[in-house]
Amino acid sequence: MTTTSEITVDDVTARYDPVIGLETHVELGTMSKMFCGCPTEFGAEPNTQTCPVCLGLPGALPVVNVKAIEYTIRIGLALNATIATWCRFARKNYFYPDMPKDFQISQYDEPLCTDGYLDVMVDSEQFRVEIERVHLEEDTGKSLHVGGATGRIQGADHSLVDYNRAGIPLVEIVTKPIAGTGSLAPVVARAYVTELRELLRGLDVSDVRMEQGSMRCDVNTSLAPKGAAAWGTRTETKNVNSLRSVERAVRSEMIRQSQVLDEGGRIVQETRHFHEDTSSTTSGRSKEEATDYRYFPEPDLVPVAPDPAWVEELRAALPDSPSVKRGRRQAELGLSDDEMSWLVNTGALQLFAETVAAGASAADARKWWLGDLARRANAEDVELAELAITPAQVAGLARLVADGKVNDRLARQVLDGVLAGEGEPEAVVASRGLAVVSDTGALDSAVDNAIADNPEVVAKIRSGKVAAVGVLLGSVMKATRGQADAASVKAMIAQRLGVEL
Amino acid sequence: MTASSSLTSGTAVEIAALIAAGEVSAVEVTQAHLDRIASDDGALHAFLRVDTDGALASAKAVDDQRAAGESLGPLAGVPLALKDVVVTRGLETTSGSKILVGWIPPYDATITARIKAAGIVILGKTNMDEFAMGSSTENSGFGPSHNPWDLDRIPGGSSGGSSAAVAGGLAPLGIGTDTGGSIRQPAAVTGLVGHKPTYGGVSRYGLIAFSSSLDQAGPFGRTVLDTALLHETIAGHDLSDSTSIPAPVPPVVAAARAGASGDLTGLRVGVVRELGGHGFADGYEPGVLTSVGEAVEVMAGLGAEIVEVSCPHFGYALAAYYLIAPSEASSNLARFDAVRYGLRVGDDGVRGLDEVMALTRQAGFGPEVKRRIMIGTYALSSGYYEAYYGQAQKVRTLISRDFAAAFGAADVLVSPSTPTVAFPLGARTDNPLAMYAADLCTLPASLAGTPAISVPSGLSDGLPVGLQIMAPALADDRCYRVAAAVESALDARRGHPLLHEIPIR
Ligand SMILES: [Zn+2]
Repeated sequence: MTTTSEITVDDVTARYDPVIGLETHVELGTMSKMFCGCPTEFGAEPNTQTCPVCLGLPGALPVVNVKAIEYTIRIGLALNATIATWCRFARKNYFYPDMPKDFQISQYDEPLCTDGYLDVMVDSEQFRVEIERVHLEEDTGKSLHVGGATGRIQGADHSLVDYNRAGIPLVEIVTKPIAGTGSLAPVVARAYVTELRELLRGLDVSDVRMEQGSMRCDVNTSLAPKGAAAWGTRTETKNVNSLRSVERAVRSEMIRQSQVLDEGGRIVQETRHFHEDTSSTTSGRSKEEATDYRYFPEPDLVPVAPDPAWVEELRAALPDSPSVKRGRRQAELGLSDDEMSWLVNTGALQLFAETVAAGASAADARKWWLGDLARRANAEDVELAELAITPAQVAGLARLVADGKVNDRLARQVLDGVLAGEGEPEAVVASRGLAVVSDTGALDSAVDNAIADNPEVVAKIRSGKVAAVGVLLGSVMKATRGQADAASVKAMIAQRLGVEL
Repeated sequence: MTASSSLTSGTAVEIAALIAAGEVSAVEVTQAHLDRIASDDGALHAFLRVDTDGALASAKAVDDQRAAGESLGPLAGVPLALKDVVVTRGLETTSGSKILVGWIPPYDATITARIKAAGIVILGKTNMDEFAMGSSTENSGFGPSHNPWDLDRIPGGSSGGSSAAVAGGLAPLGIGTDTGGSIRQPAAVTGLVGHKPTYGGVSRYGLIAFSSSLDQAGPFGRTVLDTALLHETIAGHDLSDSTSIPAPVPPVVAAARAGASGDLTGLRVGVVRELGGHGFADGYEPGVLTSVGEAVEVMAGLGAEIVEVSCPHFGYALAAYYLIAPSEASSNLARFDAVRYGLRVGDDGVRGLDEVMALTRQAGFGPEVKRRIMIGTYALSSGYYEAYYGQAQKVRTLISRDFAAAFGAADVLVSPSTPTVAFPLGARTDNPLAMYAADLCTLPASLAGTPAISVPSGLSDGLPVGLQIMAPALADDRCYRVAAAVESALDARRGHPLLHEIPIR
């Protein structure tokens, strides 16, 4: 594989137009599975949440979980989609051990919801992402391949399968091709998934935890020479399981494809695997080897025909959309449009709001999250949420500064301590000895010394050149090795000199 | 006749009455049947496994209930032969296939649970064509069953173990499943009554699926009334089967009782031209047509108005069926992959999953099952789906329309249940198409999901012939009423039930 580091997305879009598409799988948060009564709790002992139906035992039959239908319709409505008045489940046939029946009950040409859209904001610009379909299916079990180098089934010594996940209701949300985003394509992809996640969270239909796999993305990417009428051949990148990875997967595919095309090569329609560690993709199976799923209508289930009156009830009961909620929140938090959209797209709005809820002012929350913490996340190449600091700790830090217990410079050291896992901000202050000098005797003499040592500066201040106080301040700070609270020192000087500072 | 042999030749109603009156215990009845199985099943091979302990325990429970003064159901203590396609908790269930040898289900099918709750005693699991694919039991993974009328002939299929058991005196009641005729054809060739209920009338939960949109479980009995009583026991809405109909069970027992009076005044009987009528008699044995014709005359004598009806699309039923059923089967049988249960071949620690899966399916499935999996896989393939599966579904719609039109002109439709009497074992094993022809008359009602019963019409060359009576969906009671009238009139004319003519070995 050619190294891609020297090429940027802007280089790519100078010559090519990208078209992207996203397929998002979301595990619904129903109490029971899609076609049986088994619980859906995450993290239970393997194969303890199973029954004849979700194990696909001979003779067992599926029965539709109406709650899953309801959740899917609510998702469809929130995405401005049309809800089918009659549709069927279909069998998708292929052999794989984590699928107990060796077919998956899914939907094929008759999805429950079609033709919706979701608007996303990127750099204060709105993009409308059109939704092709929203359909309902059952999740598969989870395989663990033991032995072998790759963790894949090929080369494994043996494999273990946990069927707890088999039969959990899974919604697939498929966009139409998204064109015209240019170099913003990776960011738009990420913004879409972020917005979708917010929407699903607001509907309370899923816990949408990408790290636990309850929300998973496949990303389609293609390039066509700039201005060309026809779109290029697309690849489908699987296994994209964080917001950051969505953006990176698109970027890496755009760069890879542009190199292939630049060298006169041809893009192969194929599935590619995304690797979190290297932010790159590798080839999976090509379309030529793709399985023929032999879809046909599931004969064990009767068609789904949602009563239009019920659909209208569900529509009327929908919560406010994320953008409406965000508008309210933005006003509450006193954020600018740009700040808001940055917080949303970095997934940090929740962190921000929780920091305010924990007692920090909006100004302090903004100062820390958009300032120091954003810089550190960027430097370490991680998400804000991945930093080892909680909103409560950020609020605690802000409180220390507001109370005059530490100054800004010390606060940054406290932050270092918290991020290094040294405990709560107060504990870091104590263990690192970072408290501002509050021994008034020591501070008094430092101030007195500074005044005595700098008669010209004192004269300047008294004559109205108050900015000169900085010299005295610096002198006091030097004497206290920085551990004095600047505001208190300033007040002491003002009092001694009988001036307003 | 010894006491024991009268127990094994009686009807379910008679046996239940003896038990209820305390003249015989359920344990004695069960033991008599177990003894009969021990002496005769070597020749019939009706059972794949006999559950001696379980049967005696169930019988004892009925006796205890009676002793405690609890009220008993109408079939309490009556033994039953259960087709091995029906899942039984704790009792090996193979669906006639080597691929499932050793599988002990952890749950009961809905009908198993209903049979047990009714106090009916399950003697064991009966032989069948593998995964219910066949018309003779010759496709069983464990060797064929034999017809009690002539041990060299087939007992029908796929439910041939149950028909052989009930006709052969090993059990007064039997359960079969009917996908394209697998209850009606075995009933016809063994001189029994057998009913395929309206699709959705009996729960499919716990039937090992062959073709999901066609499979229906149903009863075998020696009389129409016995059959109706068993039907009522197993039928009714089941929340575990989405395709189960949320409607009351048709009053089949009342209809069987009412029909026995023999009055069919005002009933319009439609003889289906395309099923053995003028111009459509190819492949039908004259003796079969004669016997069925006589039964129709008997119906006329009971006051029925006989009309001829035409169902022009019935001729496409066989072709449609052999696309739809294999298509669904190819998917239903995918799960037998050596991973979770049943047979596993070639797992030597070196071979990969795909190879073990292939070797297992190669060794575990018989040739007919493989043939249908291949046909079905092909028919569902991308690019062929519309031409095969799609077209077949259209034919299915046309057949339903034929039925709708015919039921405008007649209250019930009649035909032979199968074109021939029981054929000799081995006669058609090399010719799948000839084998498939056994289902010519039964396929239309299967595809339309409508109820149909087979009731004996008489003998041809000493072998039983069945009359098929078809009714509209959910009018199963009509099948029973007309069948009971035919049965009582023919029994009266003959002076005894047809089964009494079964040769004593
Ligand atoms: Zn389950």
